[in-house]
Amino acid sequence: MSGAPPSSVRKGSAWAIWLPLALFVVFVVLVTVGLLRPADRNVASTLIDRPLPSFNLPSPLPGGAGLKSADLSGGRPRLLNIFASWCVPCRVEAPQLAQLAKAGVTIDGISVRDRPDALQAFLAENGNPYSRIGADNAGSVQLALGSSGVPETYVIDGKGRVRYQHIGEIRPEHVALLLGKLEAAK
Amino acid sequence: MSRALFRLGLVLMLAIAAMLSPAVIAQEMESTAPYAYRQLDDASQEAKAQKLMETLRCLQCQGQSIADSDAPIAGSMRSLVRERIAAGEQPEAIRSWLIERYGDYVSYAPRVSTLTWPLFVLPIALIALAAFLLRNRFVFGRRA
Repeated sequence: MSGAPPSSVRKGSAWAIWLPLALFVVFVVLVTVGLLRPADRNVASTLIDRPLPSFNLPSPLPGGAGLKSADLSGGRPRLLNIFASWCVPCRVEAPQLAQLAKAGVTIDGISVRDRPDALQAFLAENGNPYSRIGADNAGSVQLALGSSGVPETYVIDGKGRVRYQHIGEIRPEHVALLLGKLEAAK
Repeated sequence: MSRALFRLGLVLMLAIAAMLSPAVIAQEMESTAPYAYRQLDDASQEAKAQKLMETLRCLQCQGQSIADSDAPIAGSMRSLVRERIAAGEQPEAIRSWLIERYGDYVSYAPRVSTLTWPLFVLPIALIALAAFLLRNRFVFGRRA
């Protein structure tokens, strides 16, 4: 190879020598884009526009009515809020839930992996915007709903179909969005 | 007398230390899902459940399988897997049930779908291409 005359070098190799550098630059650009704009790691439910899974949860509090899936197809759109007393963002969204309840929205709650005494203290501290609460101690209804964390809020239409999933806490800027989704679900 | 007191003190100290040990703290944080930390009584069913749990992704700590994760939702997923296995459901049916709700993402076992088929076809295509390009080099004895 070293003894080969220059004439044996093919013409195509002049640009080919830049190919590894070009590939490296592409790689660096991809990594930079990935670092600056991390992908959305939320796992969305695939139940949108499908009927709610059927469930029948007992009340976590003495004397409560509990919550079953049939309760959620009452003709009017409503919110289904997945929450827990151990969940810190649930405290953050409490004022927004109170605001929605005040605006006449029916909110049902599913408390996930919770204990009655802790839940009672949570509701005493943060207010109780729920018309009904079901206790999902095993977390099985949460999984059946395709929910991957707490809190999550679902917009359910009058026929008991899931229309929208809000992942994470409801911040003040999300209230109008949820009211719009409820209006659209009518 | 003083020796008896000393012994009593020692026993009390040990009792307090035992109460504060991580085991007790962990018990208090125990999941409310029945089979999150409890194995199935039937060993072959538990083995089946374990095998499935190792190939399901925890939705919260997404680098871990639900068998490895201590996240609360992973406990619920383990409980769901064990309860359904105990009820006689097939592991792949449980996997499909979860994929139906969370998408392919929840499973570590790759599936051939309209989106993923290039991943399976591409290596074969590349090997075929390499074999085609290098076909002359595999011929022995033609050139000196």
